[in-house]
Amino acid sequence: MKLGSNFWSTVKKKYSIYMILVGLFIVCSLANPNFLSVNNLTNISRQLSVTTILALGATLLIISGMLDLSSGSVLALAGVFAVSTYKATGSLLLALTVGILTGIVCNVINAIMVSTFKAPPFIATLAMLTVARGVALLYTKGQNILQLGNFTELGQGSIGVIPIPIIFLIAIAILTWYLLNHTRFGRSLYAVGGNEEAAIASGINVHNVKYTAFIINGIFVGIAGVLFMSRVNAGLPNGAINYEFTALTAAIIGGTSFSGGIGTVGGTLAGAFIVGFLDNIMNLNNVDSYMQQIVRGTIIALAVIYDIRSRNRRAKATLVKAEDLGADKK
Amino acid sequence: MKENFKLRVSQIEKSFPGVKALDKIDFAVKKGSVHVLCGENGAGKSTLMKIINGIYQPDSGQIYIDEKPVKINNPIQARTLGISMIFQEMSYVPEMTVEENLFLGNLPVKRFGNVNWKEVRRRTKELLLAENLPYSPTTPLKDLTISDIQMLEIIKAISYKSDIIIMDEPTSAITLKEVEKLFVKIRELKARGVSIIYISHKLDEVFQIADDITVLRDGTVVESHPKEELDIETVIALMVGRKLTTTFPKEHVAIGEDMLQVENLNCTNVFHNINFHVKKGEILGFAGLMGAGRTEVMRALFGLDPKTSGIVKIKGKEVTIKNVRQSIDHGMVMLSEDRRRYGIIPMRSVKENTTLSNLKSVFYAYRNHKKVEKKLVSEILNKMRIKTPTIDTPIASLSGGNQQKVVLAKWMIRNPDILILDEPTRGIDVGAKLEIYKLMTDLAKEGKVVIIVSSELPEVIGMCDRIYVMAKGTITGEINRGDFSQELIMRYATGTLTAEGVN
Ligand SMILES: Nc1ncnc2c1ncn2[C@@H]1O[C@H](COP(=O)(O)OP(=O)(O)OP(=O)(O)O)[C@@H](O)[C@H]1O
Ligand SMILES: [Mg+2]
Repeated sequence: MKLGSNFWSTVKKKYSIYMILVGLFIVCSLANPNFLSVNNLTNISRQLSVTTILALGATLLIISGMLDLSSGSVLALAGVFAVSTYKATGSLLLALTVGILTGIVCNVINAIMVSTFKAPPFIATLAMLTVARGVALLYTKGQNILQLGNFTELGQGSIGVIPIPIIFLIAIAILTWYLLNHTRFGRSLYAVGGNEEAAIASGINVHNVKYTAFIINGIFVGIAGVLFMSRVNAGLPNGAINYEFTALTAAIIGGTSFSGGIGTVGGTLAGAFIVGFLDNIMNLNNVDSYMQQIVRGTIIALAVIYDIRSRNRRAKATLVKAEDLGADKK
Repeated sequence: MKENFKLRVSQIEKSFPGVKALDKIDFAVKKGSVHVLCGENGAGKSTLMKIINGIYQPDSGQIYIDEKPVKINNPIQARTLGISMIFQEMSYVPEMTVEENLFLGNLPVKRFGNVNWKEVRRRTKELLLAENLPYSPTTPLKDLTISDIQMLEIIKAISYKSDIIIMDEPTSAITLKEVEKLFVKIRELKARGVSIIYISHKLDEVFQIADDITVLRDGTVVESHPKEELDIETVIALMVGRKLTTTFPKEHVAIGEDMLQVENLNCTNVFHNINFHVKKGEILGFAGLMGAGRTEVMRALFGLDPKTSGIVKIKGKEVTIKNVRQSIDHGMVMLSEDRRRYGIIPMRSVKENTTLSNLKSVFYAYRNHKKVEKKLVSEILNKMRIKTPTIDTPIASLSGGNQQKVVLAKWMIRNPDILILDEPTRGIDVGAKLEIYKLMTDLAKEGKVVIIVSSELPEVIGMCDRIYVMAKGTITGEINRGDFSQELIMRYATGTLTAEGVN
C-alpha cells in the first residue's frame, strides 16, 4: 500500500502537467465550438510556434540558472533586419541567416555581460531588452516595413498540411531535447544551474556552458523573429512586446525551476500550449483584453507558487531552508 | 522511572519513495543526560531527529515530551516546545553575515515589528567574545571555513536556551581543540538539566560524552543501553551486524619515483613557501590545526583558487594548472571538504552526480550511452557500498554519509593518478571508512598517489607513509612513518617545534 501511494505520487508529479493540458484542451473544445475548427487550430499553432521557440531557449537558460528578458526585443530586431535583407536581396535564406546572426550577436553580448563580467542575468538582459528595441526603432525610424512579397511564405505557408512554423518548432524542440539529454553540454547545463561551484570543482567549463546556452538561445530567437514577421507580413519594430514573459510563463508552468537545475522540453512544450490555449479560448469567447491580462498574471503567480512549494518540499529533504531567505534579501 | 523521560518517541514509522527509513522506533531520553545515537550511514538517525524537530511528519507513531503527547508540525513549533537542532547538512547563505546567520528566524524585534539590529549586534558580539572566536558580526559566511561555520551552528543552537538539543554530527568539521570546548559546553548544559541527543560516527568521542547509547540499524532500534554496559567493539558489532576489525588496513607498498613535486608555492596572505613531494605508491598526510592553510594549498594546487607563484611538477614535468579541468587532465583530482558547497548538485540524480567528472565516458558518438552509464555507476556504487533506492534518486535524498561516498565515487571513476582527499571520512560510518582506506591502499598498490588532509590524527597516523604538518600557512615539519606520534605532530602544528630546512 505504501509503495502504491508512492507510485501514484510520482506519476502525479511527473505527468500532472500533461493531464492539465489534456483537460484544458477538452474544456476549450466544449467551451467554444470554433476551438476545434481546422482554421482555428492552424492559427493557434502558427502563433504558438513563435512563443514556444522562445520558451525553449528560455528553458535552456533557466535550467542553467540564468534567464533572458531580452528575447522579445531581440526577436523584433532580428525580424526587421531579416525583412530588410529580404527586400534588398530577395533571398529567403539570406534573410533567415541575417535574422539568426542578429540573435546570436545580441546574445553573445548578453553572455559577455553575464559570464565574463558577472552581471546578474536579470539586469544584463533587461539592458539588452531596452537597447535592442531602441536599435530596431532607430533602424526603421519607427515605421513598419510593408509589402514583403514572398517573405510571408515562411510564416504562412505549409508543407502538405503542416504549417511551416510548426516544422521549425518541431525541429527546434527535437534539437533542444537532444541537447539536454544526449550531449555533455546538456548535462553540464543542469549541473551549472544546480550548483555552479560544485560544477566548477568537478571540472565543468562553466564559461563555455553559459556562452553556448546564450548562443543557442540567440539562434532560436533569430528564427522566431523571422517566422513572426513573415506571419504578420510586416517588419514591426514594435512587434512581440512582452513575448519574453509569455516564454518565461510557459517554461515555469512547464516545471522549469527558477532556482536552476530542473526543466524538460516536454514540460515547456506543455506549458506553452497551456498558455496558448488559454489565450485563444479567451479571444474566441471575447474576454475583455484587460481581463485577459489579469488571468495571465494570475496563472504566472500560481505557477511560481507551485514551483516554490515543490521546491520547498524538495528542500525539506535537504534543508536548504536558508536559501529562500537569502533570495528574499537580494 | 517513567517520569524521568524528558522526551520519548513510540512506534515511529517513516517511509520515503523506495525505502522504509524508520520502522517502529521506540526511543527515550532522560532529563539532564546525553543520549547518543549510533548507526551506519543511512540507518535512519537524521530522519528520526528531523521528525523530532518537526521537519518530517511520521507516517505513524507518537512523540511525548514530559510524557505528554505532542504533535510537532515544524521547527518553529519544535523551538517553542524547547527543542533545537544542529543539522548534519549545514546549510548557509554564503552572502549572509555572521550576525544574520546567528539570529536567522529568531530576530529580536522592536515595538513596531522592525528588527532591532543594535540588539543583534550587541548579542552577537557577546556570543563571539564568550566563545573567543576571531571574527566580527559582519563577516560574511563565505569568508569562513566550514569548521568556523560548524562552531557558529553549535553556538546558535545553544543560544536558544532549549531543554532538548539535538546534535547531528556536530563535530564532523571541527578539530580536537573545538571538540573539547564543545564537551565542556555539553557538560554545563547537562548540569542545567538540558537533555542532549548526540549523533556521531566518531566512537571514541561517543564514549567520552555519552550517558546512554542507542544503536540503529536499517531503520530499527537494535539495542539501547547505559554507556557502562557497552564498549566500542560491541557498538560496532551492533551497528554493522558483524564483527569488524578496527585496525587500519595499511599494507607495505613499493615506493617509486616522484609523482608530484611542489616547489615554493605561494599565495599572498594565505600560504607561503610550500615545498613538498609525493612518490608513486605513497599515501601522504597533511596534518595541522584548523586554519593552518592545508585546504587552501590543496585548492590552489587543484586550480580552484589562484596562486601567486610556485612550480608544480607531475611525473617530473612542469605543468600549468589554472583551473580544475587542467588538473583533471593531468590526472590530479580533489575531494573537497565542503560537500554541500563544492561536492553535490543536490537536485540531480546519483547517476548524474557520479559521472559529472567524466562525461566523455558516457557521452560519445553523438549520444548518451544510457546502458554504459548505468553499468558504470552501478558498479562503483556496489564497490563502495553506497545505499540509494535507485541511481536516479536525487542525491539530496541520500543520507549524509552516502552523499559523501557518491562524491568520492565521482572521482574514483576517473581512475586518477593523484587523489587529494580533504577530510574524506567526514560523516562516514566505521565500515565505510574501512572501505575507503582499502580503496586508498589499492590505489597506492597501483602506483598512484593519495594525499589526505585530515583533522583525525588516528586516520593520518594509521594510513600514511609520511606526514607534513602545517601551521600558520606554511609547512613546519615532515615526519616519516617510523616517527609518527600524536605528540610530535601537535608540537609541529602548534608551532612549538619547527624543522629547519624542510623540503
Ligand atoms: N528526503 C528524503 N527522501 C528520500 N529518502 C530519504 C530522504 N531522507 C532520507 N532518506 C533515506 O532514508 C534513509 C535514512 O537516512 P538518514 O539520513 O536518516 O540516515 P543517517 O542514519 O542519518 O545516515 P548518515 O550517517 O549517513 O547521516 C536513507 O536510506 C536515505 O536514503
Ligand atoms: Mg545523518
